[in-house]
Amino acid sequence: MLIGLYNYWVVVVLMMVGFYIVIAHGNLIKKIVGLSIFQTSVFIFYISTANVDGGTAPILAEGIEQYSNPLPHVLILTAIVVGIATTALGLALAVRIKETYGSVEELEIQNKDNQDC
Amino acid sequence: MQVISALFLLIGSFLCLSGGIGILRFPDFYTRMHAVGVTDTLATAMILIGLILISSDFLVDVKLVIILLMTLFISPTASHALANAALHNDLAKKDKKSNDEVTSSNS
Amino acid sequence: MKDLLAVVMLLGIYSLLSASFFVTMDAVDVAFTEAAVGAGVSTLLMLVAITMTGRKEHPTRHKPLLAIVVVIITGSLLIYGTLDMPRFGLAEAPIHQHVAPRYINDSMQEIGVPNIVTSVLASYRAFDTFGEVVVIFTAGMGVLALLSMVRRSEDTENIDSNNYSMHEQHLILRIVSKMLIPFILMFAFYVQFHGDFGPGGGFQAGVIFASAIFLYTMLFGMNTARRVINQAFIQILAATGVLLYGSVGVVSLLNGKSFFDYSALASDPIAGQHLGILLIELGVGITVAAVMIIIFFNFADRRNYSPNKDSENS
Repeated sequence: MLIGLYNYWVVVVLMMVGFYIVIAHGNLIKKIVGLSIFQTSVFIFYISTANVDGGTAPILAEGIEQYSNPLPHVLILTAIVVGIATTALGLALAVRIKETYGSVEELEIQNKDNQDC
Repeated sequence: MQVISALFLLIGSFLCLSGGIGILRFPDFYTRMHAVGVTDTLATAMILIGLILISSDFLVDVKLVIILLMTLFISPTASHALANAALHNDLAKKDKKSNDEVTSSNS
Repeated sequence: MKDLLAVVMLLGIYSLLSASFFVTMDAVDVAFTEAAVGAGVSTLLMLVAITMTGRKEHPTRHKPLLAIVVVIITGSLLIYGTLDMPRFGLAEAPIHQHVAPRYINDSMQEIGVPNIVTSVLASYRAFDTFGEVVVIFTAGMGVLALLSMVRRSEDTENIDSNNYSMHEQHLILRIVSKMLIPFILMFAFYVQFHGDFGPGGGFQAGVIFASAIFLYTMLFGMNTARRVINQAFIQILAATGVLLYGSVGVVSLLNGKSFFDYSALASDPIAGQHLGILLIELGVGITVAAVMIIIFFNFADRRNYSPNKDSENS
């Protein structure tokens, strides 16, 4: 019974990897990379729950009885494109931070802020 | 027909595998590029030809042929671009030959 | 791993692997989008960002023990939470019981489009997709607000001499890409309009169109690309896509039905659905392509930025 849940465990492992990267690394670009890994693990979660044993892609065709659930596909489709838009925004912020503070390392940015105020 | 197609698919997979081994085992960037550039394109072509031979739908055949043509264009160009960039940025060769051949800007 | 270039490349490979995973999960539309977006555009944007922020990561001094403890606790709590979930692939799971059978069974009669994902995206859940398009547009606005620069007119001189001297160096790439870019654009249009019958639709088509423009920009220089695609034109185009999407809904309102009810667009309800889906997929494709191009152009322009230029527009 438990072995049938392996897809959720894979998702949890990936999610924790992304989470660890976000909180343990100081470089802003690495944090954005970790966030992207986290996002992809959530996509894998949704798509794996949409899978049906013996089903095919949800495109209507002759002679196919069982289809995979199309609703999570729709949600993830838009989520992927929105994800890249927000990643681009995050990278733009990182570039501006680099120009203003001179570095994208978290500790150096905090030091510079503490010095200035 | 199935046997011929299976033969093509096997050859393609073997080439891909040997290209992968080449990346790991060769000592230098340029030799690795040589290993991957040749075997990657040929492996993709072999696999696609194998698939063309067993597909039953004509439309799928046309699409596979188009993909084959595109791959034959794109993959060697990508290898060329990588090697060109490395040469242009003076990535050093492994053996101690003279620097005249590497640093000439005529690429 | 201290080299951010290697990290970004591995992220691209990871996106491609997850796209192939989606194919084995029978989610072809999603795989298409993830391959185009994750393995293509996202890797490119991160590479451009790295050229500006630095390639190496500084080593951390402290040991991340607290982070590991937090991660392990959270992970075990999550795994404990998944013990109640239905088994992988179970056909009687609650997720397949309530709304999904209606979509699968009634989609052909009510909308007449074979691709169920497109029909759900564009017709049953059109309002959600409208929100997503506006979010993409807003992200493009955000990048414009953060990174835009006023271009001085003397940047556009010397384009031809620059072009000619670079031609020798990138000869093979330029010729091959000149042959390939029309096909990429054609493929983008094919994906856009074929989204009703196979995997595809507005999102994927927009990203593929934008990647053709990226290829052109990378090989022929920003100045030439700016001459091909004007900044003002592309901004107007991005807004036009959202406007097109919204006006389809408003036209349905004006014709007496509810917002985004496509049966009000034509005399026959099924034809109205087809027309409505066509128009909003077009709106989505236009906006996604334009926003991607805006983001890339602004990132690429920012490389020439130095803090003591007077004409900088922040």
